[in-house]
Amino acid sequence: MASTIDAVKGSYVLELMENGTREDGRSLLDFREITIEKGVIPNAEGSARVKLGNTTVLVGIKADIDSPMKDKPDEGNLMVSAELLPLASKNYEPGPPGEDAIELARVVDRGIRAQNMIDLKSLFIEKDKVWSIFIDVYVLNYDGNLFDASYIAAVAALNNTKIPKYEDEKLNRSETTQLKLNGIVTSCTFAKLAGKVVLDPTGNEESVMSARVTISNDENSIRSMQKGLSGSFTQNELEELISVSFEKSKELRDKIGN
Amino acid sequence: MGGSGEKPQLIKEGKRLDGRAFDQLRPLKIEANVLKNAAGSAYLEWGNNKVLAAVFGPKEALPKHTQDPDKAVIKCRYSMAPFSSIEGHGRSGQNRRAIEISKVTREVFEKAVMLDYFPGNEIEIFIEILQSDGGTRVAGITAASVALASSGIPMYDLPYAVSVGKVGEDVILDLNMIEDNYSDADMPVAIAPRSNEVLLLQMDGSLTKEQFSKGMEYIKNAGKFISAEQRRALSAPYETSAAKYEGKQ
Repeated sequence: MASTIDAVKGSYVLELMENGTREDGRSLLDFREITIEKGVIPNAEGSARVKLGNTTVLVGIKADIDSPMKDKPDEGNLMVSAELLPLASKNYEPGPPGEDAIELARVVDRGIRAQNMIDLKSLFIEKDKVWSIFIDVYVLNYDGNLFDASYIAAVAALNNTKIPKYEDEKLNRSETTQLKLNGIVTSCTFAKLAGKVVLDPTGNEESVMSARVTISNDENSIRSMQKGLSGSFTQNELEELISVSFEKSKELRDKIGN
Repeated sequence: MGGSGEKPQLIKEGKRLDGRAFDQLRPLKIEANVLKNAAGSAYLEWGNNKVLAAVFGPKEALPKHTQDPDKAVIKCRYSMAPFSSIEGHGRSGQNRRAIEISKVTREVFEKAVMLDYFPGNEIEIFIEILQSDGGTRVAGITAASVALASSGIPMYDLPYAVSVGKVGEDVILDLNMIEDNYSDADMPVAIAPRSNEVLLLQMDGSLTKEQFSKGMEYIKNAGKFISAEQRRALSAPYETSAAKYEGKQ
């Protein structure tokens, strides 16, 4: 349940939006400041902490020897999970992942998979033995737009993922090789509030948005889309947002690349 | 997406494996009010998909903390029967896929149903996929729409849903299971036909902006037919009884 304070903040944000302004002074289609730190968890095969304004997401990547899926014996496995940690927001509670965490994980998973960022066939070791790559999204602080923050963090973490050496049926984590990636996928999340559409919504903006859409893409193609909440978009709006997403993703790719 | 083994040739001489044109729907048939206990229900066959949807309520939302004092809440459960797939026995229970589909389906109807009429109440939507052949979430939404309307719950619109996808560079409508498994993109969409607003949009694979627009045109054209079938299903029971009544005159 939203508190009175939350309600006041929400109506403040809506009032601003009527005049086309935002609580932090950004224009409607700008990202907040993004900082990316790679390799923050040296024990993990790959990791990155991303701050998107006050939203903070940590992604850790582990690689383990596993058996392949029955229907894909020559491919490794990729598993994306997301945790909305109780320390990240007063609205998050301990317990198994709820539908919001599941949606977040699956949307990030779809973009990475659709982009073929990881060639799953390259994770094959020998018969009945493949690598499983576990991407765990840990939300440390919530202030809106977990989708884009998680995409950036997951891709940045994959970018610095080193796979241990496997020899004589043993894992040697001191000898590693860089995980090979095919390109970079990023996402742009838009929120609709007071009839206007904004990029990279803050927590206050998300509390009053009627609809949300996340568009992920690389240089040439849309790779995944996900609309959320009960509001709607028109086809024209979506076509415009796809163009914005292609434009903005250049910035994001440059940021992650460094 | 996600098919294993050798990719079959999905398009031969401008026709799809089942002989359909790129923008052609599979046969669709809907029947309303098929379940006695539910407030509203629908049975749908779409290609080889067989789907049951049922609606219960409005009734007091329980547990109490789920109540909204301003409007009704929708609770939605999409579920695939363990025997529904041509592959092996499916895992029972709600997996992550089913939880996500239940969420996006609920969000479609939160826009379409006049929730303000029933504060503190819940409306339950159950979607059971009895047999699956690609596009089950859009089949479920299309069926649930009819189930809701047949229960008499007031609605702003009667949403329909259908998916488009891409094989090579060709955009195709209403993917079946084989096409879904080996396509280069898949995009399920739900539309409120009165305004043509998009209520559900998911996509994965690879699409250009132009292909997105073409897909949306396919969807809106197909929507005329899907909407007509939904309305036919809703009015059919009354037409037969009206015919009987008139026969007695």
